[in-house]
Amino acid sequence: MLLVLFASVVGSFGAVFLKLGAVRLTGIVSLLNWRLALGVGLYLGSSVVYALGIRHGQLSVLFPMVAVGYIWTLLWARLFFHERFTRTKLIGLGLVLAGVLLVGLGS
Amino acid sequence: MSTTTASESANPNSAARGRMVLMMAGATLLSAAAQILMKIGMHHFSPNLLTIVTNLPLIAGYALYGLFTLLMVLALREGELSLMYPIISLSYVWVTALSYFIFHDTLSPLKLLGIAGIMAGVTLLGRGERK
Repeated sequence: MLLVLFASVVGSFGAVFLKLGAVRLTGIVSLLNWRLALGVGLYLGSSVVYALGIRHGQLSVLFPMVAVGYIWTLLWARLFFHERFTRTKLIGLGLVLAGVLLVGLGS
Repeated sequence: MSTTTASESANPNSAARGRMVLMMAGATLLSAAAQILMKIGMHHFSPNLLTIVTNLPLIAGYALYGLFTLLMVLALREGELSLMYPIISLSYVWVTALSYFIFHDTLSPLKLLGIAGIMAGVTLLGRGERK
């Protein structure tokens, strides 16, 4: 459980570094920047930790934790990139999160 | 160029934003295809280097996943993280549909409700604030 929670945090930072790297892209060569590499690395790392975490049964926590991962990512988007959250956006995000949880419950 | 990019990402109603949403949504099709191919590849997986490098579905799945990541990075260049990231959930919609048709997986009412929620949520995110 704790391991899967940890994986969700690691994965959300993967998204942060992909964003940091993406805004610095100027050409094909700049694809090889350390922020993008770290972002991809954190994603791969988080999927390994997820796999380890759910190996001992608890597949039922996977989707809730994926949803928690979305919440981390949104939190970092607000904190680090100062992105705006309008009411429409919040409703859309709520529907997506509820949808991910339901897909998990129904699997 | 850099100033245009900055002002476009600061304005959530810009045309660039719509393009990024579409690119991200298109990318989820690749991610879904990648997941299906990986699932097919894992059916005849064995921990042997020769069988892994000749496992075409698995390799194609990883390649498509790489392409998905590239498109996501391109979408993130101008698109907001809080907007692009939730769109990834669309891949659940495609994977569920493809699993139903290819593997004849069952569709539970809860799953269908979840799919509807994701589609409605992404639609709202994609439309944004229309004035």
